[in-house]
Amino acid sequence: MQELAEISGEKINDCYQCGKCTAACPVNPFMDILPHQVLRLLQLGQVEQVLQSKTIWVCATCFTCAGRCPRDVDLSVVMEALRAILLRQRGGSRLKGEDMPCLIRKGMPEQGIVSGFRKYTK
Amino acid sequence: MRRIGVFICWCGTNIAATVDIETVIKEAREMPGVVYAGDNKYMCSETGQTQIKGTIVQQKLDRVVIASCSPRMHELTFRKTAAAAGLNPYLVEIANVREHCSWVHKDKDAATVKAVALIRTAVAKAALDTGLEPQEFVVTRRALVIGGGIAGIQAALDIAEAGYAVDLVERTPSIGGRMAQLDKTFPTLDCSACILTPKMVDAAAHPNINLLTYSEVEEVEGYVGNFEVTIRQKARSVDAAKCTGCGLCFEKCPSKVKSEFDEGLALRKAIYVPFPQAVPNIPVIDRDHCRWFSKKKCGVCKKVCPASAVDFEQSDVLIKQKYGAIVVATGFDLIGFEIFGEFGYGKHPDIITSMEFERLVNASGPGGGKLLKPSNQQPPKNVVFVHCVGSRDKSRGKPYCSKICCMYTAKHAVLLKEKHPEAQAYVFYIDVRTAGKDFEEFHRRAVEEYAAVYLRGLVGKVFPSGDKLLVNGVDTLSNQAVEIEADLVVLAAALTPRHDAEGLARMLGIGSDAHNFFVEAHPKLRPVESHTAGLFLAGTCQGPRDIPETVAQAGAAAAKAIALLNKETLLSDPCVSAVDESLCTGCLACLKVCPYKAISDKPLTEKVHGRQRRRLVAEVNKALCQGCGACSAACRPGAMNLLGFSNEQLLAEVDAICL
Repeated sequence: MQELAEISGEKINDCYQCGKCTAACPVNPFMDILPHQVLRLLQLGQVEQVLQSKTIWVCATCFTCAGRCPRDVDLSVVMEALRAILLRQRGGSRLKGEDMPCLIRKGMPEQGIVSGFRKYTK
Repeated sequence: MRRIGVFICWCGTNIAATVDIETVIKEAREMPGVVYAGDNKYMCSETGQTQIKGTIVQQKLDRVVIASCSPRMHELTFRKTAAAAGLNPYLVEIANVREHCSWVHKDKDAATVKAVALIRTAVAKAALDTGLEPQEFVVTRRALVIGGGIAGIQAALDIAEAGYAVDLVERTPSIGGRMAQLDKTFPTLDCSACILTPKMVDAAAHPNINLLTYSEVEEVEGYVGNFEVTIRQKARSVDAAKCTGCGLCFEKCPSKVKSEFDEGLALRKAIYVPFPQAVPNIPVIDRDHCRWFSKKKCGVCKKVCPASAVDFEQSDVLIKQKYGAIVVATGFDLIGFEIFGEFGYGKHPDIITSMEFERLVNASGPGGGKLLKPSNQQPPKNVVFVHCVGSRDKSRGKPYCSKICCMYTAKHAVLLKEKHPEAQAYVFYIDVRTAGKDFEEFHRRAVEEYAAVYLRGLVGKVFPSGDKLLVNGVDTLSNQAVEIEADLVVLAAALTPRHDAEGLARMLGIGSDAHNFFVEAHPKLRPVESHTAGLFLAGTCQGPRDIPETVAQAGAAAAKAIALLNKETLLSDPCVSAVDESLCTGCLACLKVCPYKAISDKPLTEKVHGRQRRRLVAEVNKALCQGCGACSAACRPGAMNLLGFSNEQLLAEVDAICL
């Protein structure tokens, strides 16, 4: 929890569970736990459950949740911090370097490719 | 040598549990000038006060120090006690050993040392106290009420009933305010207009009430008991004395403008009365939109008026009047939606505010209260209500709860079902707050009898899709994202003070909070008084509240104003600034910092070395001065002294602590 607070700099307890993040999230149908549930579980200290979820990898970091949050909690930063916690552990990359070329399609923005690498490797 | 008495209060266990009273008494007896130190379990009690009075006489005390609670609590009590024993009440000092010591410390030894230090400080100040005499001044027995909504109307009626003249100033052409715009009121579903219009008529007919509609306060000077106010009565362009209110003028007027009263959902004419029950029922010409005033053409209203009441030449009138008391009741605005793009307000006619919903459902509103979709005049089927739009939103909106939205949304869900039984209400909420008499029961009725579906969560986006509106929301209780095809979306917008409240606060010299709501003198014990004497607050200009609360507060503000006007004369607080003219250099830095306009310049003629010399010095108007001390801090030569808190006294206090 402390690591999460340090990396993200967000105050998890400021969230009052209005669900605006979930309501605004464009990729919520693909998530196993919804954005507001991520914050609720974190408020209850259940970090492990969140770290094992698909949600943190589905998050597209589009910042809609952050922009609409009435409590100034930047969930996109929290998601990034959760990913960082996993990425900083050694071993077990989700993708191998040699797999990458076939995944890169023509017209993909470079920024997308770089953040794709970041997200799927350790 | 002074003869100072020190009285130490136990305050039950509040002080005595943390401060060793015996040690304090022993130490106090050693302080310079102290001839008596004693204690009592409750110094404010009858026995405690008798002890003080008796000791003042027996010991011939000339100064008194009470070590007890905050001076805000009992300074007045003990001043009266001293006065009863023949001592000038301003020779009493309070050492606050409760709030500043026992309540905030746990270590008894350290708290005792601190209590002794606080008493030593008060003793040092008391030694330099001088007796002060309040001044008497005459009260103008007339009240001004600013704002003609339900708060202002109620306050004006109550003051007028007590027998005092009241001027009720309203900016728009009619009194009535927000309540006149509403359809029904929660939780009883009383017709808002039916209960309001009799009061409007009463106010207009009352011999003690002078209605000044289409008027604004322009300047406020003076002080409690004697405010001098300039009011601009804007030109109506209709002679009120001749007009019969027949309505022929606005029937024939060709210029159409969006009606403010109907929240822009309907059109009014350039010459208009805002609504059918308007008081006074006299039209006004909106000169910005009138063809005569913009192009010097038309003039049809003047031609058709059977009473020859239309007068294009009329000009604004400035009224100057003196008042003893002022009640401020300026009401609320709704938060602007520009920053809440996700709701699409303004992009689609079927996305409306709750206030617009009130007009659509109101019999005198656009569409005669049939509640049809503004886009195509068809009855809506699915209606989505969204709570907390801008409320409880510290990042883009207002951090506070707007208080009335939970209840009026439940009311809207009920009214919807009454108008269109086949319609379905969906209410997105964070919490439902129903703290009020019969409020919870009403909300449950909306759910149980009127089958409103309450979804716990907010709405992320509203966007048009075909002839429907797609609403993306969430229900956090079932942890599901929700999508609703809506016909009408109603946004419960946050209440804010009037957009120009800040300017009015400055003009009146009353405090306002971070959101520009006017601030009461004490949140619990002085809820209808402002920080400035003689200025009282009523209604939503002070914070979000509902009609019953507003009416109660308006009555309370009126009672306070009446109590003030009942007095022929008032006593001023003598703790005001005084100028030492021999030290004053006439730089007038004090004049610039004075928030109460209490300081002016005065030419002084004096003889220096046998020659006449004129120079400027500062002069304090004792009635205007509120004793804030800003001038005293700004004064470079040290000529300004706040009586009762002189520079010498403050330095003596610092010395008593530090040396």
